[in-house]
Amino acid sequence: MWSGTPLFPESASTMASRVDSLYFFLLAVSIFFSLLIAGLIVFYAVKYRRRSPDSVGSEIHGGLVLELTWTIVPFLITMVIFVWGASVFFAMARPPDETLNIYVVGKQWMWKFQHLDGQREIDELHVPVGRPVKLIMTSEDVIHDVFVPAFRIKADVVPGRYTHLWFQSTKPGRYRLFCAEYCGTKHSGMIGEVVVMEPSEYQTWLSGGAAEGSLASAGAKLFRDLACNTCHRPDAQGRGPVLEGLFGKTVTLQNGETLTVDEAYVRESILQPAAKIASGFQPIMPTFQGLVTEEQLLELIEYVKSLHELPQVQPR
Amino acid sequence: MATVILPPRHYLNDGYGIASWLFTRDHKRIALLYLAGVTFFFFVGGAFAVLIRLELATPAGDLVSDETYNKLFTMHGVMMVFFFLIPAIPAVLGNFLVPIMIGAKDLAFPKLNLASWYIYMLGAAFTTYAIVTGGLDTGWTFYTPFSTMSSTTKVIPAALGIFVTGFSSILTGLNFIVTIHRMRAPGMTWFRMPLFMWSTYATSLIMVLGTPVIAITILLVAAERVFHFGFFDPTRGGDPILFQHLFWFYSHPAVYIMVLPAMGVISELVAAFCRKQVFGYTFVAFASLGIAVLGFLVWGHHMFVAGQSVYAALVFSILSFLVAIPSAVKVFNWTATMYKGSISWETPMLYAIGFIGLFTIGGLTGLFLASVGLDVHVTDTYFIVAHFHYIMVGGTIMGYLGGLHYWWPKISGRLYNEALAKFSALVIFIGFNLTFFPQFILGYLGMPRRYHAYPPEFQVLNVLSSAGASILGVGYLIPMVYLMWSLRYGRLAGSNPWGAVGLEWTTTSPPPTENFAETPVVTWDAYDYGAPVEGHVA
Amino acid sequence: MLPEATHHAHHPALAHHFDSLGQQKEAATLGMWVFLGTEVLFFGGMFLAYAIYRAWYPAAFAVASHELDITLGTINTVVLITSSLTMALAVHAAQLGQRKLVLWFLVATMVLGAVFLGIKSVEYYHKFEEHHVPGPGFQFEPEYFRHAQLFFSLYFIMTGLHALHMVIGLGIMLVMFWWTWRGSITADYYNPIEISGLYWHFVDIVWIFLFPLLYLIGRHGV
Repeated sequence: MWSGTPLFPESASTMASRVDSLYFFLLAVSIFFSLLIAGLIVFYAVKYRRRSPDSVGSEIHGGLVLELTWTIVPFLITMVIFVWGASVFFAMARPPDETLNIYVVGKQWMWKFQHLDGQREIDELHVPVGRPVKLIMTSEDVIHDVFVPAFRIKADVVPGRYTHLWFQSTKPGRYRLFCAEYCGTKHSGMIGEVVVMEPSEYQTWLSGGAAEGSLASAGAKLFRDLACNTCHRPDAQGRGPVLEGLFGKTVTLQNGETLTVDEAYVRESILQPAAKIASGFQPIMPTFQGLVTEEQLLELIEYVKSLHELPQVQPR
Repeated sequence: MATVILPPRHYLNDGYGIASWLFTRDHKRIALLYLAGVTFFFFVGGAFAVLIRLELATPAGDLVSDETYNKLFTMHGVMMVFFFLIPAIPAVLGNFLVPIMIGAKDLAFPKLNLASWYIYMLGAAFTTYAIVTGGLDTGWTFYTPFSTMSSTTKVIPAALGIFVTGFSSILTGLNFIVTIHRMRAPGMTWFRMPLFMWSTYATSLIMVLGTPVIAITILLVAAERVFHFGFFDPTRGGDPILFQHLFWFYSHPAVYIMVLPAMGVISELVAAFCRKQVFGYTFVAFASLGIAVLGFLVWGHHMFVAGQSVYAALVFSILSFLVAIPSAVKVFNWTATMYKGSISWETPMLYAIGFIGLFTIGGLTGLFLASVGLDVHVTDTYFIVAHFHYIMVGGTIMGYLGGLHYWWPKISGRLYNEALAKFSALVIFIGFNLTFFPQFILGYLGMPRRYHAYPPEFQVLNVLSSAGASILGVGYLIPMVYLMWSLRYGRLAGSNPWGAVGLEWTTTSPPPTENFAETPVVTWDAYDYGAPVEGHVA
Repeated sequence: MLPEATHHAHHPALAHHFDSLGQQKEAATLGMWVFLGTEVLFFGGMFLAYAIYRAWYPAAFAVASHELDITLGTINTVVLITSSLTMALAVHAAQLGQRKLVLWFLVATMVLGAVFLGIKSVEYYHKFEEHHVPGPGFQFEPEYFRHAQLFFSLYFIMTGLHALHMVIGLGIMLVMFWWTWRGSITADYYNPIEISGLYWHFVDIVWIFLFPLLYLIGRHGV
């Protein structure tokens, strides 16, 4: 009966052992206090059982020292747990600088994965072992959630914004990917697999596929088809801001606020151009809401990311 | 010893006929009206649970369709949370006992109390309508945008039902607050009140301050569904995460509405069955208030993976650890009460000890969830399901059953069959642990919650859980039988069958409609077992 | 134990479960304050949603706010504040046992409340004509379309719930009128008027927040 019934999940990422250590510590604390309370109760139950029908207990009202002790000691223990849990969480929330980025679009009831060089996958995600991978995710409809138990990571996938998670797998293999936010009828059918491969196999797999070219090149084509290039020109003669070298920079908005140009800002500028106008420009960009799909937005984002700053042409 | 007889006139024979019940203003009769209601809805919610566990005995979704399964877990949650767990102890035991325990003739607003019951039943009617005309499949948490834009089920009637029932909660809490402030008998100072009053008071604060927020949240969801307003719709500039903040701002404190009254019951049971002052009375009293206040500050721990900022997550994490401390303090104080007590093991004490054990486990698993790095892995899995069932079922329901058994002689004038009662307490304890302990393991393994079908490696643990559920179900049915039986054939209880201290034990069983023949003047502390017990009987 | 003081005549308004009129009054007053506390939390959720969306979309909110009729809004504010005055005067008259004055001031309060609701209906009608009611018929300049719709959703829900509370308040005033008319309200039993006044003042205060938040965005200076 028990064969094929794991009682503990596989560990296949760099975070897994950190999460498991915290788990075992908490398990130890819990077992200690459970046994302490249970033991005391059983001990007192026997020792102080009522011996005659009229007997009453001793008149003890309380003890300040005890109260303070069993308030302060648990407080200190919980603070240790807090700091430990926070440090694990920081590591989860801060991807390393160099990550292999993969876009994820969740929709009822399937996962669409898009590699930068154009490979598209449905419900299956191929990644190389030993490299940090960042998933940039959005939903087309309701809230979903990417959960890979073997990696001990999880993040909600929300419509209207990008969320992310990162992992570095440590062992080639196939690992279940679950949707962990209830999303309707086939929520429990929205199961995928992460296929972790040795780097050489991953390269082979990568080159085997994409007929359509990279996300960025698809984005370039879309940029022309939608006539974005008429206003966004590299020579600063257009009515819109220059996009070359813009991604990752800090810009000043009309109202004086500043922000960093990231995926969310590019997406918002395409869908709601009037929301955050760059300083010095007019609110004349039309909205493309309803004219581009989530995937096309990702292509445009990758294209903008790929536009490097042009060398300044010095006047002679 | 004189033969025990029923008092000639008491609240149960003070008027016969259905009108005397449906138009009563007597808080004790209203408590029984609620008892009928919550018991019925408990078994409705329980029936859904049985179907869920039957389905989950096999990995494939072969008993019911996925649409049906989604409705089953949704309605199990809605029924249990809103129509059983939140009202049960306050509206049944609280309504019955608050005036008696403080020496008053009734609550401050008896007609409002009756209105609360009608409002509860009206809300239940709307929700029942939603269930029988097709059901609800949003999960009891009805997250947007699924509930506003995607679900095709009876969201509006069900939401309306919860909205209406919420007012029952608010009005009950309001009644308790005013009663405890203004209607204590002469000499009944705040610190002479039984601890059940302190936890009822703390619960009432949460009821009145938290419930309006879910009311407005439901209204916004309904408006969005009907008028397409767009508060939570990203394509209209709305934010689905705003819903989660608004929802959990109530629903986290709501879990303290569910557990605080049970904790109050445990204080009473431990004092009575150890015949001793509760150790650290003042600390336990203030711990109740502390839980109520801190409980309003931790809602974001339900959203650690939802997309809130890292710093928000850390703030909610540290506060979530803080809210655990007063609960731990209570557990230690109850245990210390047993030291040098005179302990007897009647059924209510079995439930009390069961509560302490299971609540401790459930609360400790809360620490797992408060540590953000670990919560990322276990949130939205069966670990969470196990955690809250340990608290809600292992905690609240055991507290409720313990209280029901303890005060049953006072409420009915009769004693139930002690051997059967002990037996079912044991069956419940075993069934409960078999049902829910495997779910901790399942959760860490990675089985997500709300799954109709699951990968085969999870099956064995699911089968254990389903087996436990069948035992648990039987355990809950047995008390129905012997409690009903005792109403007619049970031995007469007399005013103080347990030899306990408390104003409720100084009046007859059942009590007269006005609770006391003469208004008591209180000169003793809450659990003053110092003097021989007989001295406190009227 | 105290013997029950059951056999001397007690005030007809004294409910049997209270020991004295004083206790009954304190209980009722505390009850109303607790209830108003719940109302603060109820409206609070909406104010929170408003605050968040206004912080995110200030330009659209300002433009949409300018579409509201500030003249009618100001008149309504004056009407409602005046009705709180007449209500306070009604309470004062009740404390002094001046039945006729109580009746007049209650009527004045109700009339002013009805005027408020009437003006509100006119505003709603204008919004309907201008296609500013959110839903399929909504029209607005494309640049601010989505977020203006959000503004108007908040406008209708917040003022709508406020108006519902006013209707309930009018109902309460009618009941108070009836009780005063038949002589139940006297100088030593006027608490119902007082706590009805608390409710009415609360509804007024909600409007005092709603008015600047909805009508006056970006209207400082000219």
